Amino acid sequence: MYKYDQYDQAMVDTRVEEFRDQVKRRLEGKISEDQFKPLRLMNGLYLQLHAYMLRVAIPYGTLNSAQMHALADIADKYDRGYGHFTTRQNIQYNWIKLEEAPDLLADLAKVEMHAIQTSGNCIRNISSDQYAGATADEIIDPRPYAELLRQWSSFHPEFSFLPRKFKICVIASDTDRAAMKLHDIGIQIVKNDAGEIGARFYVGGGMGRTPMIAPMIRDFVPLDQLVTYSEACLRVYNRYGRRDNKYKARIKILVHELGAEEYTRQVEEEFAHLLDQGVEPPLAELERIKTFFPNPPYDKDASDEIDRSDPDFAVWVDRNTAPHKQAGYAIANISLKPIGGIPGDASTAQMHLMAELAKDYSFDECRVTHAQNIVLPDVKKSDLYTLWQKLDEAGLGTPNLDQIDDIIACPGLDYCSLANARSIPLAQRISERYANNGKSDVLGELKLKISGCINACGHHHAGHIGILGVDRKGVENYQLLLGGSEGADTSLGKITGRGFDEDGVIDAIEKVTDLYLDQKEDGERFLDTYRRIGMEPFKEAIYE
Amino acid sequence: MKILTGNDLKSGAVTWWTGYDWSIHVEDAVDVGDQADSILAKEEAARRVNAPYAIDATRDEDGNVRPAHIKDRVRALGPTVRPDLTLKPADPDHRDWVI
Ligand code: SF4
Repeated sequence: MYKYDQYDQAMVDTRVEEFRDQVKRRLEGKISEDQFKPLRLMNGLYLQLHAYMLRVAIPYGTLNSAQMHALADIADKYDRGYGHFTTRQNIQYNWIKLEEAPDLLADLAKVEMHAIQTSGNCIRNISSDQYAGATADEIIDPRPYAELLRQWSSFHPEFSFLPRKFKICVIASDTDRAAMKLHDIGIQIVKNDAGEIGARFYVGGGMGRTPMIAPMIRDFVPLDQLVTYSEACLRVYNRYGRRDNKYKARIKILVHELGAEEYTRQVEEEFAHLLDQGVEPPLAELERIKTFFPNPPYDKDASDEIDRSDPDFAVWVDRNTAPHKQAGYAIANISLKPIGGIPGDASTAQMHLMAELAKDYSFDECRVTHAQNIVLPDVKKSDLYTLWQKLDEAGLGTPNLDQIDDIIACPGLDYCSLANARSIPLAQRISERYANNGKSDVLGELKLKISGCINACGHHHAGHIGILGVDRKGVENYQLLLGGSEGADTSLGKITGRGFDEDGVIDAIEKVTDLYLDQKEDGERFLDTYRRIGMEPFKEAIYE
Repeated sequence: MKILTGNDLKSGAVTWWTGYDWSIHVEDAVDVGDQADSILAKEEAARRVNAPYAIDATRDEDGNVRPAHIKDRVRALGPTVRPDLTLKPADPDHRDWVI
């Protein structure tokens, strides 16, 4: 894992003290809220429905056990004993006091963490594949490239006031587990025919009000030009992005309005100009960063056998573990979606436990996923049973990865000041409904995603089934979408028709899944059946 | 009726204008009639409240104040999904009141 050098630490420490002074001046009345708001947002501090909310950056979702323990301690000391893991692989605290925020940030800095660039029109936390470095299906570990871009984008003076926020994702596998094509820039590390490693650029994707799948604009950028090409993409956007209209200010609109071809032409022109400007850090820097991401000291003699005699454990293994590149090891997914629970929430005790388990069973590392779960990337197969027992005891052993009850849900109207409707109660009721009717087990892979408003933090456009909360004359109402996907086969969901109240949308979902069970052919996932038979039969079933 | 709400500057807690101070209990909110703008300007300048605004509300015959919009009812009580964290953790009807 990357470790701060003296520059990283000094920058973060300096920022904490700067913010401490800004808070003091605000509380003393020396600056107004209008002056203070952009300053607190630059430090991840929002004002939400019930209190200040702090969003903490977790670079590409990776945490060591000391950091996870620190996040738990912060939840205890400054919040109300829990945190919320988000679809940006970050964590949010919901009950923060302004007067305590500087001390909180100082505590974070002690474990090499901060909340910088988790808000505002800048380059946000870089996201990546939660299986990075551990999965057999990637061509190389993408984290050093994500880290290089993190360093480049941190405090980048030219890109601190972009037309809108900007999200970058880096993966290195054809199996896209990070919704890469739904980012402002999605980078896939690839190998060309000559066997060289480079970067494929997808630009102009996103969800929100106007969802778009990013077109590929360059299929191979040599690694020693990665930062320069990123800079060129950003420069064209910074220059021509729509600053006049907040709703049209994301890069996806620029790419769409210019057309991918013209946008690419402009990027290439800027790129050619930048190539001899010395923007690119020397490759030695990338090599230095790579040394922080070595293979853990795997036990080469670890057994590949798993004792599956406990049937509950066997179900969890089948659903919540993934193949590892190293024989004798597995990738273990910890579900933060207990039946009837709040997606992505973890209590202080659960965070401490996950930190302990990461230390004891996964070389001191865990990952936050965009699906609001936690991954232990490097677990010996012979340790899985003990691990599962400890998880299960703490309510963390739900065997539901990628099932209908592994729901992504944004905080919605229970916490978020932008919300139209509540997301969490729907997620709770749907998971309970499917636990009770027993259908969850037969449905197989089915990704359900809920957003409380059009901003789409709950990725509803990319759900096999998506739900969008809307405000209908002051009453919560829910639109249903079908057919979205975020993987290698990314697609955007389509709205079924008129919306529903809370009970109505849950009933409609059951009709949708019943139709799937009735219509599915051998080996088809819900998404496959939907793509084969189309929207009409589902509409008929819902609105009959 | 028109009532005023905002968040406490230091703690961020949701507060309601009582006529002379800010309370965390919506029951204490008073009708400000057409005085909203002048009270808000004065109180914000005094840093007793952050991002305040005026909302419509009703008062029933028992005197209970109920904000017109669900968002402010969620603010008044706390998240519907964590009754333990609301202002009335023991009240089984809190969710119904919000919705
Ligand atoms: S989707 Fe809307 S309601 Fe949900 S967290 Fe984002 S802004 Fe808030």
